[in-house]
Amino acid sequence: MKKPYQKAWFFVLPVLLLVAFNALIPMMTVVNYSVQETFGNNLFFWEGLGWFEKLLHSERFHAALGRQFLFTAIILAIEVPLGIIIALSMPRSGFWVPVCLVTMALPMLIPWNVVGAMWNIFTLPDIGLLGYLMNHTLGIAYDMTQNPFAAWATIIVMDVWHWTSLVVLLSYAGLVSIPDAYYQAAKIDGASNWAVFRYIQLPKMKQVLTIAILLRFMDSFNIYTEVFVLTGGGPGNSTTLLSIDLVKIALGQFDLGPAAAMSLIYFAITLFVSWLFYTLMTKDDTN
Amino acid sequence: MRKRSLIPILYILFLMLPIYWLVAMSFKTTGEILSGFSLFPQTWTFDNYVVIFTDPTWYWGYINSIIYVSLNTVISLTVALPAAYAFSRYRFLGDKQLFFWLLTNRMAPAAVFALPFFQLYSAVGLFDTHLAVALAHCLFNIPLAVWILEGFMGGVPKELDETAYVDGYSFPRFFTTIFLPSIKAGVGVAAFFCFMFSWVELLLAKTLTAVYAKPIAATMTKTASSAGYELGLLAAAGTLTIIPGAIVIYFVRNHIAKGFALGRV
Repeated sequence: MKKPYQKAWFFVLPVLLLVAFNALIPMMTVVNYSVQETFGNNLFFWEGLGWFEKLLHSERFHAALGRQFLFTAIILAIEVPLGIIIALSMPRSGFWVPVCLVTMALPMLIPWNVVGAMWNIFTLPDIGLLGYLMNHTLGIAYDMTQNPFAAWATIIVMDVWHWTSLVVLLSYAGLVSIPDAYYQAAKIDGASNWAVFRYIQLPKMKQVLTIAILLRFMDSFNIYTEVFVLTGGGPGNSTTLLSIDLVKIALGQFDLGPAAAMSLIYFAITLFVSWLFYTLMTKDDTN
Repeated sequence: MRKRSLIPILYILFLMLPIYWLVAMSFKTTGEILSGFSLFPQTWTFDNYVVIFTDPTWYWGYINSIIYVSLNTVISLTVALPAAYAFSRYRFLGDKQLFFWLLTNRMAPAAVFALPFFQLYSAVGLFDTHLAVALAHCLFNIPLAVWILEGFMGGVPKELDETAYVDGYSFPRFFTTIFLPSIKAGVGVAAFFCFMFSWVELLLAKTLTAVYAKPIAATMTKTASSAGYELGLLAAAGTLTIIPGAIVIYFVRNHIAKGFALGRV
C-alpha cells in the first residue's frame, strides 16, 4: 500500500525534536529525582527505589488513587451514555445543527480555572444561582465547602457540564456518516428503535466512541485545575484527587523525591489503563 | 420528533445556566452581589469591564495569552504538516512506534511536568517568555495536530501526488499549491484544536511565566486572592475569556465533528 521510503524521517524530524525536547528531558529529570533524597541547597543523596516502596505502602497514596479512580469511573458512567443519548436526539440537518454544535462546544473552550471559578460563583450558598435555588427554593441544605457529599456532587456535575459535549460531538460525527439506505432497510424489515440502535448506529459509532472514551479517561484521570480551583481538595481531603495530592507534595512541600516517584507511578497507571481500554475496544476488529 | 428535540434543548439550557450566571454577575456592582440574590442585575454597571480595559496588568494578560496561543498554533501546524504527510504516504523504519509514542504524550499529566518544565526552560533562558509557553504546549498539541491532519490526508487519493510529480511539480510547490488547498478543512480543524487546548491550559502556562508573559487566567487567580473577593471583576474577566473561543469555533462549526471522526484509532 504505502511506499517504503526511509527519507520520510526528515519530514518527521522537526516533530520528533520538539516533542522529545518537551517529553524526554523533563521525564529524565523526574526519573533522576525519584531515586534521590534532597534537603535543599542542591544536595542530593542516593535513595534507590525507597520512595517507590514507601509510596506503594502509603495510605495517603492509596486514598488519593482510590478517589481518582472513583471520580473517573463516575464520570465515564454518566458522560458516555448521556452523550450518546443527546447525539441520537439531535437534528441531522438544517438550521439548528450548527447552532447546537457551537453552543455545545462552548464549555470546552473556557480556560480550566475559569471553569472552576465560574462553578464556584454558581454554587455559592446565598448568592450563587444553584446555591440559592437549593438552599432557599428547594430547601435542601447545600454547601460544598462544608459537606463532602455536596463537594463530590458538584465536581461531578461540573465535569459533566464541561466535557459531555466531547462525547456528543464525536458520537454525532459517527451518526451522520451512516447512509440513509441503512435506515430505509431497517424500516422495511420492521426493526424496532432499539434494534436500529444496537445493530446499525452503535457499530457505526464504535470507532469514534473508542476515541471519546480514551480521551475522557485520560483527561478525567489527569484532571487538576478545575477541581483545585473549585474545592481546593476539600472539605478536609475529600476531593483531593491524585493530581491535587501530587502538586501538594511537589510544589507545596517541595518533597521532590516522593513527588517524582508518584509522578512515574501515576503516568504508568494512565498508560496501562489506556492500553487496556484500547485493546479491549478494538479486540473484535482483529478477529 | 417533538419529544426527541426536548433532550438537546434541556442539555443546552443546562450548559448555558452557569455561563449566564457568570455574565450576569459581571454587570452587577460589588454591593449588589454581596447584598443578596438577584436573577438579573438591578443596576447595570460596566465598571468591571472598564477596569479590565484600562488596567495594563489586566489587559496585558489577554494580549500575552493570545500571543502564545497563536505562536503555538503556528509552530504546531508548521511541523505537524510534513510529519502527517510522511505518516499518511510512506512506510519507514519505526513509523508505527513513533506514531504511538507521540500519542502517549497526551497522557502525561501536566502536574507531573510542571516542575521539570520550570527547570528546563530556566536552564535554556526562556523562562517568562511567550515562546516558552508556546513550545511547552507543543507537547500535547503536536501529537494531536499530527493525528487529525493524518486522518484528513488519508482521505486524499495518492493519485493526486503521482499526477503532480509526473506533471513536473517539485515537492514544495506541489505541497503548497495543490495538496494544502485540498486539505483546507483539516488544517482548520487542527488549528482549532491547537488553539483550544493551548487557550484552556493553565498549569504549565502559569509555571513558565512570572511577569512579562503571564496569561490572563493566571492574572485572575492572583487578583482573586490579593484584592479580596471582587466577584464582579472576576466574572467580567471570565466572561472575556469565553469570547476568543466562541469566535474561533464559529469559523470551523461545520468541520469540528469531522476532525476526530477521521482520525485513525
